[in-house]
Amino acid sequence: MSWQRLWAMMLKEFLQLRRDRLTFAMMVGIPIMQLLLFGYAINTDPKHLNTVLVVYDQGSLTRNLVQALQNSGYFQIVNNDANAQVAAEMLAKGETQFVLTIPANFERDLIRNDYPSLLLEADAADPAATGNAIASLPQLVQSALRHDLTGPLSYLATPANHFELKIHRLYNPEGITQYNIVPGLMGVILTMTMIMMTALGITREVEQGTMENLLATPIKPLEVMIGKIAPYILIGYVQVAVTLSMAKLLFNVPFIGSFWLLLLSVMVFIFANLTIGITISSSVRNQTQAMQMSFFFLLPSILLSGFMFPFQGMPRWAQIIGEILPNTHFLRLVRGIMLKGNGWHEAWPHLLPLSIFILVVMFIGMKKFRKTLD
Amino acid sequence: MTPPSDYAIEVENLTKRFGDKVVVDHLSMQVRKGEIYGFLGPNGSGKTTSIRMMCGLLTPDGGSGQTLGLDIFLQAAQIKREVGYMTQRFGLYSDLTIRENLDFVARVYAMDQRKQRIDAALERLGLTARQKQLAGSLSGGWKQRLALAAALLHQPKLLLLDEPTAGVDPQARRDFWEQIHQLAAAGITILVSTHYMDEAERCHRLSYIAYGRLLATGTPQELIEHSGLHTWTVSGAAMAELSKQLLALPAVDMHTQFGNSLHISGKDPQALSQALQPFQANNPNYQWSEGQPSLEDVFIYLMQQATDNFQPTGKA
Repeated sequence: MSWQRLWAMMLKEFLQLRRDRLTFAMMVGIPIMQLLLFGYAINTDPKHLNTVLVVYDQGSLTRNLVQALQNSGYFQIVNNDANAQVAAEMLAKGETQFVLTIPANFERDLIRNDYPSLLLEADAADPAATGNAIASLPQLVQSALRHDLTGPLSYLATPANHFELKIHRLYNPEGITQYNIVPGLMGVILTMTMIMMTALGITREVEQGTMENLLATPIKPLEVMIGKIAPYILIGYVQVAVTLSMAKLLFNVPFIGSFWLLLLSVMVFIFANLTIGITISSSVRNQTQAMQMSFFFLLPSILLSGFMFPFQGMPRWAQIIGEILPNTHFLRLVRGIMLKGNGWHEAWPHLLPLSIFILVVMFIGMKKFRKTLD
Repeated sequence: MTPPSDYAIEVENLTKRFGDKVVVDHLSMQVRKGEIYGFLGPNGSGKTTSIRMMCGLLTPDGGSGQTLGLDIFLQAAQIKREVGYMTQRFGLYSDLTIRENLDFVARVYAMDQRKQRIDAALERLGLTARQKQLAGSLSGGWKQRLALAAALLHQPKLLLLDEPTAGVDPQARRDFWEQIHQLAAAGITILVSTHYMDEAERCHRLSYIAYGRLLATGTPQELIEHSGLHTWTVSGAAMAELSKQLLALPAVDMHTQFGNSLHISGKDPQALSQALQPFQANNPNYQWSEGQPSLEDVFIYLMQQATDNFQPTGKA
């Protein structure tokens, strides 16, 4: 290994990178675009869902109930006096997510202790869209009615439970989606650019015939490889810097843990992605294939890593695949460090699988890379 | 330490397989120091693979050899430092400037006095004024000159050129060969692979390979003399009909068609003369002359023999 040759390679890479303005702009532009798009767009706790009321009992209790629904923020009444047929139609057309039917004599039956029924029909085609609103409803109705059920009626408002359940929502008490999404995006952005750039970069040299020329010089394959990927490590850190600043300035995502531990995790994660890029480049014949392979790897990294959907909700086999993906571990690291203030003790169980991943994939990649040279 | 040899390249029974395909099959050849050695053969005959083995880029599967006194199996890294190799495709970076490309090569070879050397190389090339131009924007001829300059930057004793003049215009080709001869005169050994017969004639010695095997070797004149071919040239108008008739003759082993003339060659001079006799007598419209085959005739003939002898689909 010669530092001089390595430096020659890196210098050449930087020169090419500087000349390829579009790629360079993309590498800084992609994080910004994705953060703006997904940071503002994705919300896993949707509010102000359209609600239609079918009311057969106009009383003060009903009025209070409707008021409470609106105050909760989850329900937005778009029609407060529809008939059953219109309401069903709106639900089918997707014009409303909820239809709440208040039966005739609801108030009277309640006071008589006749256990009247309230009917909430929800468009549960997308479970995530309506889940939180539905979950909030029983508590909501209970507390709304409690206001009216005072004095002689107070016996009706007595809670059925004889104990209190306390819930502490830790790390993100307000359930702000961005706190989860924005750190996660760091993993997705790094996966995308690091894999694609190395895979394309090395494949381009082979495809354009410059690799043969390179290898006829005294430069060694390992020097070519390291020289080619080193600049991308720097770019990876630029992306991390962009992501972190935007997380702070635009989304106010807390950062409780150690900054240095995060930088270390980023380093390990970037290495993991670069080894994938190298392996891809040594198993494909041209840049188009390299691109396709990169996407083939990118999709599970988004869908099965716990970035988009809860990891615990996946079946066992999918979790096993997820556990192999570097992004899964990186997401746990970055969310843990930023939101929970996790330290070395909590971090190493994720750094270890990442390191094993690097060793295994590096081994495969180098083996294949040597073969392609022959 | 191996004793100093008269040969810049000396390989014996060099063999390379890709999968179960034998690309180079027991190739033995010697390139003398200071000569221009031509390496000829059809596409896919194993020229590039042989060159790559000789410059330490590929490890042979069998045989033995030395390049500049260095073992091609064990001292590949040293060979790379001593040899200049110009690949078939333009191997420099199109998105770097001319100067940046040369600077990169100079750094890779860990050269001292980089600036002076590159300045000198640019001066020699006549590209000093255009040194900031991107290499990709150069024409074919200029790209080739730049690639040669890059291959020569570290002052190699041996230059391996893989089809250097493919896609280059005639004037640039002439200039290029001019330069090759100057380099040879300065003591650099040159191995050059080519398709062009006029280029083959500019070499001191030649080898012809097909299907990975060496078919013939020698000076251009030796190759012509040893081919055992006798050739008649016939010229005149309306050659098509005549050529059809001549080809049917058993004594004619091969022919080469030119615009207004035809080369008729055969192994047996007497049989050939006899067979051609009736045509020569009856047709005053055609001019006949007996002579030597051209290099092209010889190679086409060698190629035909090779096809008969060891084409994989044949008897094998």
